[in-house]
Formats: sequence, C-alpha cells, structure tokens
Amino acid sequence: MSTTGTRANARTSEQADAATAKKRRGHPGRKGRIARWIVLAIGALVFLFPFYYMVIGSLQTKPDPTPAGAFPNPANITLQNYVQINERISLLSGLVNSGIFTGGVLLFTVVFGVLAGYALSVLHWRGRGVTFSIALLVQIVPFQLLMIPLYVLIARDYGLADTHMGMILPFAINSAAVLIFRQYFLSVPRALFDAARIDGANELRVLWSVALPLVRPALLTVVLLTFIGPWNEFLWPFLITKDPALQPLAVSLANYITTVAASASNPFGAILAGAVVLAIPAVVLFVIFQRHFQSSDIGSGVKG
Amino acid sequence: MTSVVSKPKTESAGAGAQHARSARRRRRILGENPLGILLSAPYLIFIGVVFAFPLIFAVWMSFHDYFFAAPGADVQREFVGFDNFITVATDPAVWRSFLNVGIFLIINVPLTVVLSLLLATALNRVVRGRLFLRVSFYVPYVTASVAVVGVWLFMFSGNGLVNQVLGPLAPDPSWLINPFLAMPTIAFFVTWKQLGFFILLYLAALQAVPQELYESAATDGAGAVRTFFSVTVPGVRSATLLVLLLATITGANLFTEPYLLTNGGGPNGASTSPVLLMYQKGLEQGNPDVAAAIGVILVVMVLILALVERKLVGDEES
Repeated sequence: MSTTGTRANARTSEQADAATAKKRRGHPGRKGRIARWIVLAIGALVFLFPFYYMVIGSLQTKPDPTPAGAFPNPANITLQNYVQINERISLLSGLVNSGIFTGGVLLFTVVFGVLAGYALSVLHWRGRGVTFSIALLVQIVPFQLLMIPLYVLIARDYGLADTHMGMILPFAINSAAVLIFRQYFLSVPRALFDAARIDGANELRVLWSVALPLVRPALLTVVLLTFIGPWNEFLWPFLITKDPALQPLAVSLANYITTVAASASNPFGAILAGAVVLAIPAVVLFVIFQRHFQSSDIGSGVKG
Repeated sequence: MTSVVSKPKTESAGAGAQHARSARRRRRILGENPLGILLSAPYLIFIGVVFAFPLIFAVWMSFHDYFFAAPGADVQREFVGFDNFITVATDPAVWRSFLNVGIFLIINVPLTVVLSLLLATALNRVVRGRLFLRVSFYVPYVTASVAVVGVWLFMFSGNGLVNQVLGPLAPDPSWLINPFLAMPTIAFFVTWKQLGFFILLYLAALQAVPQELYESAATDGAGAVRTFFSVTVPGVRSATLLVLLLATITGANLFTEPYLLTNGGGPNGASTSPVLLMYQKGLEQGNPDVAAAIGVILVVMVLILALVERKLVGDEES
C-alpha cells in the first residue's frame, strides 16, 4: 500500500519530496516484494499440501507415512482404495444422499431468501424491523443449543428420523441468505421498481420480472455459500440418520473412520479415498465459480 | 390495463371512497405494502418451527425431569428447578469441556488474527498469481471437516508424516493421544481450516481503509511496520471483532473434530467439547434434560463473551 501511496504522492507534490521519501525508506519495494512472496508461498503450501497428500495417499495401496511417501513411484499408483471404501460404504448412495440434502436446503434457502430479502429491502410493512432483528438474532444462537430439542421434535414427535426431510428442516432457515439478498435488493435503484409499478405491474410481478433478474449474481453467491453448509455438515445428519442407505457421504465416511477403521489392518488408504470423493464436488465448484465467492458478500451475510 | 382498473371506479364512486378508506386503515395497521408480510411469512413460520419453539423447548427441558418415553405414551415431566444445572455444575467432565473451549480460544483467536491479517495484507498487494493464491487459501474452508480430518489423522498419527519429519523431536505420546497436546492440535486444525474465510474478510476490510491514511503516513515518513500498526490494524478493527465473535461461536460449537480426531474427546476427556458432552449425555446416555442444561449454560457464556469482546474491541463500526 505504501508503494501506491508514494506513487500518488509523487504525482501531487514536488519531485524532490518524493525522492527524499523514497530514500528514507531505502528500497522496500524489492525486499518487501520478496518477503511478501515468501509469506504467500508458505501459506499456499501449508493450505494445499494436505490436499495433495490426501490424493497421493488415496492412490497407494498401503500409504507410506515417511516423507518419501509423499512422492511415490508412479508405478505403485492404484485405485484399489476406492474399490475398497466403496465396498464398505456405498459412495454413490452417499453422494446421492448428500446431493438431496444439499439440494433441499438450497431450495428452501433461495425461495425464503429471495422472498424475505425482497420484503425486507423494497417493501414497507409493519413488522419489517422486527423481522430484520429476528434474522440477525437467529445467527447468534448456536444451532447446538437446539440440537437436543430439535432431535426430540423431528425424530420423535414428527417421526422424521431417517428421512431426507428430517435432515433438511433445521437448515431451511438461512438468515445469511436473507441478508445477502436484502443487501442486493437495496443496491438496485428504486427508480427501476417505481417505473415497473407505473407501468401497471403488481408487486409480485415487480419481484419476478424486475428484481429477480437483477440479483442473479447474488443467487450464485448464495448457492455457493449455502452449498458448503449441508454438503459438509456432519452433526445433524449423523444424529437423525441411523439407516446407512440414507446417510450422506460425510456421515457414512465418519462412521467408517470411527468404527470400521479400528479393525481394518490398513485403514488410511480407504479413508483418504473416501475423503477425496467427499471433497471433490465442493472444491471443484469453488474453483470454477471462485469469481462469485467475494469477500464483500460474506461480509454482508454475517453483518447484515 | 389502466382502463380495466379505472372502469369500476367511475361506476360506483361511493363504494370506491369506502374502499379507499378501508384501504387506508389497512395500510395504517399493516404498513404501505402488506405483501411484505406474506412474502416473509414462510421464512418466519419456519423460524417458529425450527428455531423459536425448539429454543423455548430447550430452556423448558433444562428445568424439568425430561426423559425419552415410548412414542405416544403420556408421561409426567416434573418441574425440578435447578436440579439439572446442579448436576451439570458438579460434573468435572463439564468443567473440563469448558476449560477446553478456553484453551481452544487462547490458541485459535490470536493465531487467526495474526495469520489472516498477515496473509491478507500480503495478498492485497499482489497482482500476479492472486487468483491461484486466493483459491488455495480457502480450499480448506470449503472442504468437509470429515474429509480433512482423514488426512490430519494420517499425518498426525504415531508414525505419521509429522512425527517422521520431527524425528527425535516428536512428542510422546503422539499429538492426538497426548493429554496436553490433543486440544491444541484441534485448535490448530480449526485455525488452519477456517483461516481462508478470515483472509477474505480481512481482504474486504483492507480495501475499505481510506487510501489517504496511507498517503499521509508515507508523507510523515512512517515505515512499513509503523504504517501497519497505526493505519492497517485500527482500520480493520470491525473485521477483528468479527474474528473474535466467530471464533467464540466456533469454539462453543466444536463437535466433529473432537469426535473424530481424538476419538470422542480423548485422551480421558482432555479434548471433550460441551457439544460432544451434550451428545453423549443427551442421546447416548438418555439424559436430554442435562444436555439441555449444558446447552443453556453454553449459550449464556457465549453471549457474555460476545458482549465482552464487543466492549474490548469497540463497536462503533459494526
């Protein structure tokens, strides 16, 4: 930042001033740049290495824990572990269940988010302020406090244990999504809505044909941010599904880690293979759409 | 369309006036666009069903003798006052789990603030490779805990990669089965996993720091370090508050990591978390009332901590 600062400075003040400022700081440009790259490279290595190690480990029949194991002979690479984990937990049905769980949550999130977000930003109605406060409050109370009563209600009273609906319900309300949509609708110029109303469009039509097309980028952000919630969620589906045929992949893999792995002679290869399968959809999605995963969106989702 | 609307109005002026009056009254009660209530209704109803009611139910449960009964059975749930809370307060395992959250916060918060601010500051000034770096920083954040726990189990196992590299410096007993290292290892794991999210938060905050502040700091001859501490750090204070609040909530919510990494909060409860205890006591041992009491205490503690943190950091911005 001081580089840009100096540059702007040189433009506005006299040349001599800028020269002395530069001299006083020595040559931070070059040294600073090297230090910066070292920091960033170490960071990237620390973040990415475990993922590399996960893939490499999953491709060796008996993962080698020594440093040499991180660079195995390509001749020893095999898909045996994927076959093995697939025999213990069905990867396909796990992926399908994760998909249904995530899809259901996304549907609720987007529908509720768009409707409530629009109402909170564009329309004036009694209770708007209270609703906004509730949306903020919901984010503060941790889900875990509700875990026991939700389990009693959903699994016992509503009889939704071992169903996809039971998995989806507690995640149907997503205040972050409501707040993100609200933020986007607020940024749309009011004149656009007013023009549509003058043309005789009713409020629902304004929402459907004016507001929605304008917030399409927000839609993608919300889908991305919401996706990782249910896809990676472990605790709730773990509580609510005991039937292996209905468990999302995160749950069946965790159950493999805690129970089967203890008795297997070489569990890590299979665990890592399962981990790769669980990780790939989320990682691929975020690499493809990384442009839509911006820091400012997260901010408005958390702060409102 | 306009003609269709205006036609009935001219036909019955009296009825129209009455209609207008009732519309005005409705507007006074419901607001200018009553449709807003309708559009928010699904969201609000669901909040009632999966948030408000369970919340009240949790508090109610913690003051009653609640147990799992056969479905449909009509059972008496006695009011027991603070009995469940006394059970909780006299249980050393509960104290240990709250101490563990404290250990988690002491390690996680400073590490997260320092590392994410450092990486965000560096990333903010990079042009080439920025995309790759950004993605690689948040890959752990978007990956399932269960998946990355698998790799950490492998790397931090007794003869895993980390101990192989450390050689004679490897701790004994190893990381995850060492009573003094189990909780710190979990704290490091969570810091590593969440850091990408906080880097993005700080990146946004950095872009909001007014450029003139840096220019005047440069004119005053402040060096890079001085500028960092007197311009950057105060400039991103609201993001720092968010780190504190979210770290507190994450710490209070720990479940997957102690359940999987340290095999259920081991060794000997050295890495149990309150939520893990809630699961064990409430669902495994069938005492949902005690578990609800732990939950109530946990939330009260989180709220108090959050208020203290707000006071400490200053809240004028967020």
